[in-house]
Amino acid sequence: MTFLVRLARSQAGASVAATLLALAAVTLVVIAGGYDIGHAATALWNGSVGSPYSFFTGTLLRATPLIIVGLAVAVAFQAGVLNIGAEGQLLAGAATAVAAGLSMAAWPGWISVPVELVAGMAAGAAWAGIAAVLKRRFGVLEVISTLMLNFIALFGVSYLVRGPLQEPTHIYPQTASLAASARLPVIIPGQRLHLGFVAAVVLAIVAWWFIRSTAGGFRIRVVGAGAAAAASAGRVNVDRVVFGAFLASGALAGLGGAVQVTGVTYALFEGISPGYGYTAIAVALLARLNPLAVIVAGIFFGGLEAGGAGMQRDAGVPSGFVSVIEALVVLGVLAVDRARILAGERGQPTTGEQAA
Amino acid sequence: MTDAAFALSLRGVTKQFGSTVALDGAQFDVRAGTLHALLGENGAGKTTLMRLAFGMLRPDAGTIEAGGTARHWRSSADAIAAGIGMVHQHFLLVPAMTVAENVSLGDRGLFRGFDPRVAADRVRRIGAETGLVLDPAARVADLPVGAQQRLEIIKALARDAKILILDEPTAVLSSAESQELYSWLRSFVTRGCTAVLITHKVREALAIADDVTVLRRGRAVLSGRPRELAESAVIAAMIGSAATDEVQLPAAGSTAGVSVISLQHVSMTDGRGVHRLRDVSMEVCAGEIVGIAGVEGSGQHELLRVLAGRLAPDGGGVRLPARIGFVPEDRLRDALIPTMTLVENLALKEAGSARGSVRWTSYEARALGTIRKHDVHTSGVCSLASALSGGNQQKFVLGRELEGSPDALVVENPTRGLDIRATSLVLAELRSARASGVAVAMYSSDLDEVLSIADRMIVCFDGRATDTPVEADAVARALLGLS
Amino acid sequence: MNGGPFTAFLEAGVRTATPLAYAALGELVVERAGVINIGLEGAIIGGAFGALVFAGAGGVSLGFAGAALAGILVAALFALFVVTLRTDQIITGTAMSMLGLGLTGTLYRTMYGSAGASLHTPTIAPAPVPGLSAIPVIGPALFDQPVVTYALYALVPALAWWFYRSVAGLALRAVGEHPEAARGAGISPDRVQWAALLFGGAMGGIGGGTLVLAQVGTFAEGMSAGRGFIAIAIVVLGRWTPFGVAGAALLFGAASALQTLAQTTGWAMPYQLPLAFPYVLTLVLLASARARTAAPAALGQRSA
Repeated sequence: MTFLVRLARSQAGASVAATLLALAAVTLVVIAGGYDIGHAATALWNGSVGSPYSFFTGTLLRATPLIIVGLAVAVAFQAGVLNIGAEGQLLAGAATAVAAGLSMAAWPGWISVPVELVAGMAAGAAWAGIAAVLKRRFGVLEVISTLMLNFIALFGVSYLVRGPLQEPTHIYPQTASLAASARLPVIIPGQRLHLGFVAAVVLAIVAWWFIRSTAGGFRIRVVGAGAAAAASAGRVNVDRVVFGAFLASGALAGLGGAVQVTGVTYALFEGISPGYGYTAIAVALLARLNPLAVIVAGIFFGGLEAGGAGMQRDAGVPSGFVSVIEALVVLGVLAVDRARILAGERGQPTTGEQAA
Repeated sequence: MTDAAFALSLRGVTKQFGSTVALDGAQFDVRAGTLHALLGENGAGKTTLMRLAFGMLRPDAGTIEAGGTARHWRSSADAIAAGIGMVHQHFLLVPAMTVAENVSLGDRGLFRGFDPRVAADRVRRIGAETGLVLDPAARVADLPVGAQQRLEIIKALARDAKILILDEPTAVLSSAESQELYSWLRSFVTRGCTAVLITHKVREALAIADDVTVLRRGRAVLSGRPRELAESAVIAAMIGSAATDEVQLPAAGSTAGVSVISLQHVSMTDGRGVHRLRDVSMEVCAGEIVGIAGVEGSGQHELLRVLAGRLAPDGGGVRLPARIGFVPEDRLRDALIPTMTLVENLALKEAGSARGSVRWTSYEARALGTIRKHDVHTSGVCSLASALSGGNQQKFVLGRELEGSPDALVVENPTRGLDIRATSLVLAELRSARASGVAVAMYSSDLDEVLSIADRMIVCFDGRATDTPVEADAVARALLGLS
Repeated sequence: MNGGPFTAFLEAGVRTATPLAYAALGELVVERAGVINIGLEGAIIGGAFGALVFAGAGGVSLGFAGAALAGILVAALFALFVVTLRTDQIITGTAMSMLGLGLTGTLYRTMYGSAGASLHTPTIAPAPVPGLSAIPVIGPALFDQPVVTYALYALVPALAWWFYRSVAGLALRAVGEHPEAARGAGISPDRVQWAALLFGGAMGGIGGGTLVLAQVGTFAEGMSAGRGFIAIAIVVLGRWTPFGVAGAALLFGAASALQTLAQTTGWAMPYQLPLAFPYVLTLVLLASARARTAAPAALGQRSA
């Protein structure tokens, strides 16, 4: 336990400590549920990293949207924007990318794929833009507005795959598949891992550099950490930075959707996102909103989901437990953080506010 | 005198916040049926002491007695039940609710009814008995400040408060309203009740109180009847002998240079359509300190922000230099980001204008220079702003704003919450800025402090700014709009 | 229930609205205390699962008790984090939704295995009110419903009375508007928020229990289907008043019942349109100044 306490004192350590606590809790649950823990652990291992196939086509393939959308959440949260609408922005991006791709079947891939991705980003930004405008013009809490927009996007996709974008036979509630040229290329022969994963990693590095080393990134951080000081001491146009970060977050989430349809599903259907937009919140939080750490957290969660599927298949452990781990990791990070702040308050001088 | 004669008695109370000692064995006895003034500078521990008496805080050591019995408040609910009421400096009223609802707030019972008519009757009855009249159906958000304060007192009386604690009640009142309040308090104590008045206004306290106690650095340093105490002795007790040599006359003959900031017929209206500034014209010149005074809400808040280029007025001409430092009153909200390092907080200054990539090594060097030059005590430039003491935070902010020799510096209550040593250091910084040719505009709610440092005075009243001699009586008259 | 498609539509609307109304009235109390419980979804699905377990053991009444209890447990965890530990409401709530959905799914499969799908619980049948249920058109919709629906008819006015005509309701609203002022009046904001959250959890749980015990007759993973989020929209649309919330719940219920009406009457209208309509309406309402002044001033702010 002292090891955990010491670990929790550092930023990354808090995440690791929370994860260990969550995994320990889940292990107990699995044992209490009467499952063979050795069998379950083997299945988890085999499903996530046990073979090249499970690692590349299981873990990394699932990690790709989580990394991209996790970046979307991290950027928004850094700016103090509680965008919980990544799910809806992802759907908007996916739908638009598919629509663009289907209409460009005859074009060469080096044109159609970038157009699809850009269209997805634009759609995601536009969808987030609705909430951003409502916040800026009318002071609407983005938590509630983005939640509403998630539902509207869901119904929108449902309408599209049964209406204007439905596949030619009009039997299945989904779109036709994208032409081979309009898909993201696979990067390892024999695997399904596609170029989108590389893009996600590059994007995370760029985002990390942007947040850390550019004036624009610093503005996002100061606005998120102290909007009043940013406006007064830094003369930062807070509204504009918040608006920009909101749009950028939406664009990233939209890109996540576009990458998923052009790299994995090749078509749009209702269940295209099993809640990536919500899991991404856990990813971003576990990564302490640090874009580089989002890569690690995204792969960790991707591995959990791949391994979870393996556990259900091989050891009969219900896959719902992956959500339990994700939730416990989030709660663990929150609790460890809180404990750290309280410990800090006890150890440091307070600042004379109370002695008036 | 037996203990039973004391309505309220705090003995040897100690209270620490982190490493800051707010109260250090303070002793405070209030005779029943008297008006007792609790005097002290900002940060002397007055409010903390009274929050202990009211059960909002618990003492680390010491005893609290009320009505002759030892008390161990668990919360202010206990103190309220024992007949103590407190009127806080920042009113604790729910703006969206009516007067009657605010008065009924805190009644007990999960399913006990709240009848607006009964509550309204209660408000009217208290009004009839005490002369504190308010419309029970009025929404608090629509009430002027004086009426809100009356409501705070009514709230306490509705709980049958026999001991009323008022924290700086006249800070927000006009002089006529203050007089009204004082005469009401007088009638309150003649009915056998007790009142404690927290204030830093020595002259007023000596004029109206039956007893005064002076608190300094968490200890009661002087206590007695006003007629037995000389005003100068009380002041000396408040600021302490170590600080008396800091109170000096305005530096005479400092010759002001060219005009650096100039406002011409500036006017401003806030979001609710209230005129904040009306036809204000003023200048601040190189090498002078222009003192600004004003009762809360007279427009000085907006004026300072216009001078600092933080707020654009609706009308009039504004000429500002390229580089203006600004030290706002609420440093942890408006000047610093507590969760960031000193390096980042230094870079914050240029966050709005910076382009391209941020050169952290250069900011690190500048932050190091700032903490050395301005004697900021910290473990290093990478420590968080929140880890510094209030005085060191303020020195850092001042240092940051003075870095690279700005043309002008606008400061607002720069010594708020600081101890006496930090205060004198901050004032010395302002003087040396003036000496190096910076145009300084300074507002302080502590009139003596502005008068001690200003070369010229401007007084805000009702959105207008008037030039006033650097002299206490003239300023006091101008504050009330009498000049 | 043989009054034609419109009557059927009304009946379905009220039926669909019932669990939503429970969850939303609970959330209303929570938000009036200044907390947004995005994790309500977790309480609803928890309630549904609790209903399954307890109804199997002791019938419908015990089922509802189990539903409320499960909702309270989920809400207690949320309250521990948000009120006591002061963590961020939104992030904690998102985690609670995930936890509720994941945990019930896992427990369901663990306890009932793959045979779960054929599991049926006792349900409560509609209890037509003599006389009233015979009123044309609206009679069957309002008065040929299970008892849980009727309980709402009493609960809504009771809650309205409690909000505005009881000292505890006054305290609750004060905490949501200005917690420091409440504290100054001797009210403990933490206690009020804890109590509000536990009540909200119980109501969310009963909402979930209604799904199982009065409608579906069985449990399915993820059967809460976003109702926790819908409830939050309902509270906004209802402008933070009990009667408003009841009306907004009916509107959301009617919107999802409209698709049945469209199918039976052969309307050529995308059924997603009425489903999306209440959300769009909520967004539009949010932009209006009136909605913003109706919101509790300190909503969502006590995370620091």
